[in-house]
Amino acid sequence: MNTKHIMKEYDYLKPSGLDEALQILSEKEKVKIYAGGTDLIVKLKMETVPDMDYMMDINGIEELKQVEYTDEGVRIGANRKLWDIETDQRMTSLFPALTDAVKAMAAISVRNLASIGGNFCNASPVADAVGPVMCYGGTLEIASARGVRKVPAKDFFLAPGVTVLEKDEMLTGIFIPTPKGDVGHAFTKMARTKSDIAKLSLCVALARDGGRIGHIAMSMGAVAARPLFLEEISAGLAGKEMSESLAMETGEAVSGFLQPIDDNRTTAVYRKDVTKTMVADALALAWARSGGA
Amino acid sequence: MSKHTINLTVNGKRRTLDVQSNELLIDVLRDRLYLTGTKYGCGIAECGACTVLHGDRSVMSCLVPAVAADGWEITTSEGLAKDGELTPVQESFVNLGAIQCGFCTPGMVVTSTALLRENPDPDEAYVKDYLRGNFCRCTGYVAIVQAVLDAAGKMKGAAAT
Ligand SMILES: Cc1cc2nc3c(=O)[nH]c(=O)nc-3n(C[C@H](O)[C@H](O)[C@H](O)COP(=O)(O)OP(=O)(O)OC[C@H]3O[C@@H](n4cnc5c(N)ncnc54)[C@H](O)[C@@H]3O)c2cc1C
Ligand code: FES
Ligand code: FES
Repeated sequence: MNTKHIMKEYDYLKPSGLDEALQILSEKEKVKIYAGGTDLIVKLKMETVPDMDYMMDINGIEELKQVEYTDEGVRIGANRKLWDIETDQRMTSLFPALTDAVKAMAAISVRNLASIGGNFCNASPVADAVGPVMCYGGTLEIASARGVRKVPAKDFFLAPGVTVLEKDEMLTGIFIPTPKGDVGHAFTKMARTKSDIAKLSLCVALARDGGRIGHIAMSMGAVAARPLFLEEISAGLAGKEMSESLAMETGEAVSGFLQPIDDNRTTAVYRKDVTKTMVADALALAWARSGGA
Repeated sequence: MSKHTINLTVNGKRRTLDVQSNELLIDVLRDRLYLTGTKYGCGIAECGACTVLHGDRSVMSCLVPAVAADGWEITTSEGLAKDGELTPVQESFVNLGAIQCGFCTPGMVVTSTALLRENPDPDEAYVKDYLRGNFCRCTGYVAIVQAVLDAAGKMKGAAAT
């Protein structure tokens, strides 16, 4: 193994439109999509991409890079670059947890290449952009020559590196509905240095109903085999009166629920322990941002 | 394995090259165009030594397949100075001693150039954050951050006069 050259041999294809790309996916075997390459090229160098005869570059497809706002929400093209997302003022005002997560990723010279769709399709349990999209109730738009289907972001992941995408399918866009009411959001990440992969990450998106929690969604990264959507614990908080003790209890509940592992970034014990405070703090922060006392 | 003819503009010069599908931009720049200012450090986007400009944006050339850079306008550290005259960023790096062994310097200078094009009036926190992917194993970063702020000050001064 070396990290200088790519030893694998493959053909390079660059479709100029989406239809052509979908045709290639349906006709050829062992095609890998190249968006920003910040996961794919690293893996090729590390020789951890066994099945690839073709690299299909999707950077010639303009519609995959677009962003479009409507009253209902935003549709982000799968190959929109992270830097274009984090510097978008409208994105920051509507979905601050998403832009905070993106800003916490890698370094500028990586974020200029990397796409949001690549972060999803690489399907790492630590993928930072995923939690916010899940918590905002985002939907993924998946296309193939057979047609288009929509999958809630929370149902996209099956296992590390594995998603619901079929062999002939690709991710084309991410739709996120506009949050309504008195909303407050928080994304927090624990990492060794600022450009590092997370030891733990957490997202909270809530809508306040006076002194009570209206709707709330929470997710965590780097604690399970896939990005973890805390569906039941979140649902249990709806309608509850917000207080410091509720925030602390929720931290304990989430920590108790997790079954993390030891890996090269940190230990299971650390993950469970720090989760308590991280959840309580993020909940308090999101609450304060929603205007709650 | 497929072969491709690509067109690049590198430091203002048009280049037409035949590349293999698995060749990387960093190797085309260093080994075929002899622009060895762009350094190979880690090969996996961790160190920033290979940073070049694609238009006004900085990218890690160790991660870019050369064929995917077809049509790009690239500036390497060699392309920053014009007619032998250093840019304000380069000058500040020299004057403030922001260089020790010099291995990280091309990547630092290129990334700092992108930074100042984007934000001509950065504060210290902004500079530190922008340069967080560029590693230096010698200087301890203090002089580098000062050099970028110094260059910003000079450029503002020049714009005001
Ligand atoms: C130094 C470094 C630091 C990093 N730090 C972080 C971090 O802090 N947090 C984090 O979450 N990630 C991090 N990453 C990982 C990476 O940058 C992100 O996951 C990024 O968003 C991937 O996007 P990409 O466009 O580069 O993906 P690519 O590498 O192009 O693709 C990734 C995978 O998804 C597939 N794919 C891409 N687009 C599509 C599509 N539209 N449809 C179907 N399949 C597709 C590809 O075939 C490939 O398997 C880091 C990477 C590096 C090199
Ligand atoms: S050589 Fe490219 S970032 Fe280290
Ligand atoms: S001056 Fe030696 S690595 Fe920075």
